[in-house]
Formats: sequence, structure tokens, C-alpha cells
Amino acid sequence: MSFLDAGIEFAFSFDQLYDRLQSMPAPIRLRELIRTIRTARTQAEEREMIQKECAAIRSSFREEDHTYRCRNVAKLLYMHMLGYPAHFGQLECLKLIASQKFTDKRIGYLGAMLLLDERQDVHLLMTNCIKNDLNHSTQYVQGLALCTLGCMGSAEMCRDLAGEVEKLLKTSNSYLRKKAALCAVHVIRKVPELMEMFLPATKNLLSEKNHGVLHTSVVLLTEMCERSPDMLAHFRKNEKLVPQLVRILKNLIMSGYSPEHDVSGISDPFLQVRILRLLRILGRNDDDSSEAMNDILAQVATNTETSKNVGNAILYETVLTIMDIKSESGLRVLAINILGRFLLNNDKNIRYVALTSLLKTVQTDHNAVQRHRSTIVDCLKDLDVSIKRRAMELSFALVNGNNIRGMMKELLHFLDSCDPEFKADCASGIFLAAEKYAPSKRWHIDTIMRVLTTAGSYVRDDCVPNLIQLITNSVEIHSYTVQRLYKALLDDISQQPLVQVSSWCIGEYGDLLVSGQCEEEEPIQVTEDEVLDVLEGLLASNLSSPVTRGYALTAVMKLSTRFSSVNRIKKVVSVYGSSIDVELQQRAVEYNALFKKYDHMRSALLERMPIMEKTATNGPTEMVQTNGEAEPSGLESKHPPSITQPASQANDLLDLLGGNDVAPVIQTTPAAKPASAGGELLDLLGDLSLSGDPAPQVPVSQPSFLLDGVSSQPLFNDVAAGIPPMTAYNKNGLKIEFTFERSNTNPNIAIITIHASNHTETEMTNFVFQAAVPKTFQLQLLSPSSNVIPALNQGAVTQVIKILNPQKHQLRMRIKLTYTHKGSPLQDLAEVNSFPPQSWQ
Amino acid sequence: MYSKTRLAKWYMQFDDDEKQKLIEEVHAVVTVRDAKHTNFVEFRNFKIIYRRYAGLYFCICVDVTDNNLAYLEGIHNFVEVLNEYFHNVCELDLVFNFYKVYTVVDEMFLAGEIRETSQTKVLKQLLMLQSLE
Repeated sequence: MSFLDAGIEFAFSFDQLYDRLQSMPAPIRLRELIRTIRTARTQAEEREMIQKECAAIRSSFREEDHTYRCRNVAKLLYMHMLGYPAHFGQLECLKLIASQKFTDKRIGYLGAMLLLDERQDVHLLMTNCIKNDLNHSTQYVQGLALCTLGCMGSAEMCRDLAGEVEKLLKTSNSYLRKKAALCAVHVIRKVPELMEMFLPATKNLLSEKNHGVLHTSVVLLTEMCERSPDMLAHFRKNEKLVPQLVRILKNLIMSGYSPEHDVSGISDPFLQVRILRLLRILGRNDDDSSEAMNDILAQVATNTETSKNVGNAILYETVLTIMDIKSESGLRVLAINILGRFLLNNDKNIRYVALTSLLKTVQTDHNAVQRHRSTIVDCLKDLDVSIKRRAMELSFALVNGNNIRGMMKELLHFLDSCDPEFKADCASGIFLAAEKYAPSKRWHIDTIMRVLTTAGSYVRDDCVPNLIQLITNSVEIHSYTVQRLYKALLDDISQQPLVQVSSWCIGEYGDLLVSGQCEEEEPIQVTEDEVLDVLEGLLASNLSSPVTRGYALTAVMKLSTRFSSVNRIKKVVSVYGSSIDVELQQRAVEYNALFKKYDHMRSALLERMPIMEKTATNGPTEMVQTNGEAEPSGLESKHPPSITQPASQANDLLDLLGGNDVAPVIQTTPAAKPASAGGELLDLLGDLSLSGDPAPQVPVSQPSFLLDGVSSQPLFNDVAAGIPPMTAYNKNGLKIEFTFERSNTNPNIAIITIHASNHTETEMTNFVFQAAVPKTFQLQLLSPSSNVIPALNQGAVTQVIKILNPQKHQLRMRIKLTYTHKGSPLQDLAEVNSFPPQSWQ
Repeated sequence: MYSKTRLAKWYMQFDDDEKQKLIEEVHAVVTVRDAKHTNFVEFRNFKIIYRRYAGLYFCICVDVTDNNLAYLEGIHNFVEVLNEYFHNVCELDLVFNFYKVYTVVDEMFLAGEIRETSQTKVLKQLLMLQSLE
């Protein structure tokens, strides 16, 4: 053999070998693949197998292998379902769709639905294929195309193919008509403008006998009516849709057993439900339609079997429809009774559904729902969380003046045993209900106490000031309240809101507590020391939050005017002067200062709180601004705070300016925020003007600017501008002089010091000076040096007034003086007009 | 608890990762419930109607305004068809024949609505389709 021959032979055999290597083995079957993957024991093993298979599939795709493409794509889809990326198969799906074989098409469309979505450009390429398939000779292919379009057709595709869908809607083939109807629904959802196109096709839809077509037609009509009020009107009037639907429904109910669509003895419940839903839309806000369907609704409601879920589904839809249209009252009562029956059903799904509906109707049909109150209250004990929640909301909606006692008992019991997530809402609800319908103040207080002791730590923060306000206003049972709160405190000091309210009360009414008088129940014997022990315990305990400690310290302080053991209190206060907690330290230091330098003011400062008015309807934030919180934090200011004048005095002053009888409100400024300049500012006047026509508005402004020029000295130290003093008043031996200064820091502020002197032979006691200025000014009155003016000019009472005059108007003032002289009370009014110009320009 | 999705059919547009996230959320919400809970769960601004058959949960996510009880019946209808078609269906049937299960879904649901409710009709169609393979 020549060298050349050997070479050629070798080349031939090499070719054969090469060929044999080229034809790879047929890709494994889907079943094989699934079985193999399931044998993988770890995630890593599975991933390895998948990668190997993917590589094989990829090379197979590259070879443009028609025979096995379908199989490969199917495998790819399986792997995609497991969560692995499969986008390299997208184009293959398109090729499958374009193929002529049914199996190919089927996998291709499935692949398209799983792998492609609107956001990829690839899917647009499908449009042509789908168009061809919609006109295919085999209905199954047409069906596939319709299905795919209806599931994931984008807006552009829908626009292009809507005409084809519409054609198919009119075909006589019921298999296709069904699909076309729902496909049309999808088209309308994507491109609402195309709705008009389908209108002519809907004319005959309802005369079909085929249930499937009927069902999908109803869905289509529902979609159209929901989206467009014009369509709705059209269907009502022109098509006489309602009578048609009523007729169909009637046939369904009356006709005998039809095996095809029967579910547990009821014929085609799904169709019934959809028809009822469409009737609901048609009957809403339309008297004629509602009337036309009254009878059939009553019939369905009474004749449907309720033993199985199916019947209940229909009844539920019926109830929803009745409540939504303009039905007559008899029908509505029937509906609510059905819901009431649902509540007694063993199946919790049905109870849930009933509660949800009742919640929606309780506003409109309150009385009818009331009848089922006891069942609803029983549902509070259900095991399912969502049922309990709905029962609770419904119970609160049903509380009224008549059933408050009974309901509250149940609700309190519920509060005891419910999950923590409910407690906050339940507590707030109870408070609201108690506030609206409390039969007596004592009952109200008892209820609140019960809530505080059982769910105290879940009560919302805004409840504390609300409660304090409530307690203050229930004057006649102060002693009862403080006694009960004290007893509660002895038992348990861990629940902060309870402790806060209790310590506040003890601070206010501690004297009632130790005096041992209580009308409502057996008075307990408590000594002052015991009370102070409890409060000190709170201060020292780890369970108390910083806020609570603040409350406790203030309470101790208040007791200094009510108890006799002042020394002990002084000791406590001074101990906390070096506390690490800044808030506590500040309070203690200020109270100490009160003991030392301002002892004469202490009793006035720590007086009982007046009755608080609510400034806004149930606004918790407004509450914070009134005396409730203001007192403890008001004392934080660095300046001697002014006297908390009792309400009656403010009243008188308002009379000063024109005799209006506005309900007085003492608004101490929102000093609850310690950051504000604090100092209780008596905003006496708000919008009242000297001309005597009042604007009875409650002042809310924060004139903290008035303290701008003031340093930590008790009084200002601005440079006197050399303004001449003036005598404002001189009568009956009482002389009042004004001296002026302008604030250095704020040119709009004038600072007036009054000097009140008395040149009669007897002193004047209980001296109170009040002033009012016109609308454009704002006034702040600081505390007087004393309220006794000694006789024979031996001393004077001084008081500081600050006036803000941003508009530089001429300063005018009305003043009112009250004092006791020679045993008899006197009062006088005067106008002061001749202020030196430098004081206000 | 590790749960696998055997079938997921979407009638609204989502990205792949959005889909994955949604699936995980639904798993988390549904699998912690037991017999004493109702079959309805509030989910984002929709609701899920679900029913458990042996080890499988069948969940449908619908609008809040839809009739819960009717869709519960829909699930049961669907499961009964599966049962007939696969002759006492079990989970493995669904795994190995996933593309056939999708066909059943597409026969009974379309565009997010129930399409065919008659079990006999659906089964007839499925057998026809099978003969074309």
C-alpha cells in the first residue's frame, strides 16, 4: 500500500468516526429528566444536573433540530418552574408556535405564557402567529390562540387582534364563543377604548342555551357595565337586560336536575352567582331595575338550600345584592336575617363572611343588626383571629345607651382574654364608648379602672390626659376615685398608664384620701406617711418609667400643701435634686427653690385644678395643652411661673371688655413641651378687642416670644430706656404707678412694672391686678411680689407686665383691681390711655 | 418549612423576581394557618382563597370584592376535574404531567375569570385534546 493510499484510508475512517461522533444521542425524554432531577439529594446536585441538561438543550437549539424541539422546550419549562433561568428558550417557543403540529403549538403557547411577558419585545413577534391561528381550521388551535391572547396579551397585541376576537364572538361554535368572550374581557381591561367594538356582538349572547357561553357572556357584560356608566345605562334601557337575567335565573332555580352543571343539588351555582352580581350592578341607584328584581331576589333567598357551602355562596351573593340596590325594607330585613343565620353556622368561613357584611351594613340598618347582637358578642370567643377582630369592631358599632352595661361587661371580659394585638384597639374603643354612653360617672370611673388594671400597659398614650381630664371634672366622686386608684397602686405598680393616673390623683386629692371620707364605698384608713411611702416607692422602683417618676415627684410636691408632713417632702425633693435623670433633677431643683425662696407662692401654685373645658371635640393633643399636663411641666421653667388663676377670674376679665358671655377657658400655653419657653402664660384675651365686640375664640397662640428678652434672672435685666413713669390709677387710697422699659432684644416689647401702694391706715389684702389690651397687642402678666399692700405706704406690691406691640399702635389698657380693705371686698375698673409715646413707638 | 410550587398561573404582569417574591409571601402567609382559621386571608390589597388537600395548598388570589364562598367552590370544582382526569390524582401526577395540568387550568379559567364550570364538558374537551397528541 502506498503512503498516499494509507493516508486516504485513514482519512475515510476518520470521517466515519467523526460522523458517528456528530450525531449526538437523542435528547432524553421529559419523564426521564424529571425522574433524574428528583433523585438529587442536595441543591448543589440538582443544580449540576440542570446545568448539564441546559447545555445539551442549548446545543440542540443551535442545531435547529425540529424533531426534538418540543421535547427540549418542555424540559426547559419544567426547569423554569423549579426556579432556574430559561430565557434562551424564548425564541424557540415562537418557532414552536409557528409549526404546524398541534403538539408543537401547544408547548409553544404554554412556553409563551410562562416565559414571555409584555416587557419583552420578543412577544410582539407572536402577534402574527396568533392572528393566523385565530383563523385556523381546527377549533383547538383557535382555542389555544384565544387562550394565550386572553392570558398575556399586551395592549398592542390586543389592539391588533381585537377584530379577530370580535369575529369569533359571533361564531356559532360555543367552544370558541366562550373563550372569545373572556378574551374580550381581557382586551377591554387592557384597552378600554375598544369596548364599543364588542357591543353589537353582545346582543344575542344571553339567548344562548349553553351554560358556558352564558357564564362567560355575563362576565363580559359585567366587565363592560363596571367600566363605563354609558354602557350601563345602555344595557338598562335599550337591551332590557334585567328582565332577561331574571328569566334566566328563574329557569335555573325552577328547572329540575341537570347533571352537567349540578353541584351538590344546585344547578350551576357559578352562573347564579355571576348573574346576581350583574344584577347588583344594574340595580344600583336605579329604582326601576331594583323593582324588577325584587321578586327573584326574594325567591332565591328563600328557596336556596343552605346545608352546603354552595347554597351559602349563592345566598351570600344575594345578600350583597339586596344591600346594594334600592330594595324595599322587607327584603333588607330578610337579608340581615340571613346574615344572622350565617353567624350561627358551624362553618367558620361563613361566620367570617357574615361578620364582614354586617360591618358594612350596620350604619344603614342599625336596628335590624341590633337584633343579632348576642350572636355577634358570642363570636368574640371564636378561635379565629380575623373573626374575633370583626366581632369586636361590630360590637363597638352596636353599643348604645340601652345596652351599654351588658355590652361593656362582655367587652371587658374580651379585653381580659384577647391577644395583645387587640388590646390597644379594644381599650381605646371601650374608652370612647364609655365616654359617649356612660350611665353614671361612677360607672365610668369603674370601667376605666378596670381597663387600666387589666390592659394597662397597652393603653394608648393619649388616654392618660383624657382620663385625667375626666377625673377632674367628676367633682363629686373625687374621694372615691382617689381611693380606688390608691388601692390599685398598692396591688401593682408595673402598668405605667395606671400608675401615672394614680399618682396624679393622689397628688391632687391626697387630702381626701387621708381624711377618710368617702360616700360611695367604705373609706379606708390611710395615713400621710403611708401615702408618701407609696409615692417614694414609685420614684425608687425600676419598673417606673422616667415619665412616671416625673408624675410621682410632682405628686409628692403637691402634697406639701395638702399634708402636714412637709419636712419629709422637703427631704424627698432635695434628694432628687442630684438625680441622674435630668428631667427629675430639674423638677426637684425647682421645687426646692419653691420651698426656699418662693414659699409664699407655694399654696397658690399648688392649688386644686379647676374644671377643664374640652377645647376641641375629643382632640387628645388639645388636652395636652390644658392644665392636665401643663402643671407638672409648667414648673420646669426657669422663671417663677405666674399664678394659675381660677376660671372665675378670667370670666370677670372677659366681662371687662364688653360683657360677652363666652365660656371661659384657661389656656396655659402648650407648656407640655418642655422645650418651649414654658412659664404659664395667661393669654387672657385672645381676640377680644376693647371696642367690646368679642370674637369668642379660644386662643391657641404660643407667645413664647415674650420671653425672648429674659434671662435666667427672675426678672428682666434690660437697659432702661429712660421712659418717664406714669400714674395709672389713684383712688380710695390705692395708687398704681407704671414704670417702663423697652426690651433690648426685641424692639416690639415694652416692659411695664406696676407699683401698687396704699396710703390708708389699714392694709389691703387679697390684692389682684388684671389688665386687658386691644386686639393688636399681646400681654403677659408675671406674678406679683405679694398680694398684701401694707398700709401707710410702707411697702408696695410690684408686678411685671410685658406687652408685645408689633404694629406699633398706641398703647391702651383697661385694668381691674380687686382687694379686701377693712374687711370688705372691693373692686374697680379703670382705663389707662395716656401712655408715654416711648413705651409703644 | 420548605415548600415547592407545583403550578403557578399569572393573569397580571410581573417580573420574574416579583413573581418569586410574591410566591414566597403567599407561602409564608398560608402555611402557618391551621384548621381553626378561615380559608380566607387578606394579602396586600387583594385576598387569597385557599384550600388544603393532603399536602397541597390550592390558592387563588382575587379582588377584595369577589365572593369568597363562590371561589372556594371553584377550587373544589377544579380539583375534582383533576381527580377525574388523572384517575385519583396524586401529587406526582401533577409533577410529571405539568403541561397537562396547565391545559386543565386553561380549560376552566381564562383572563382571570372562571370559564367553564361543567366538569363533564371540561373532561370531554381534555380527552379530545389528548387524542391530538
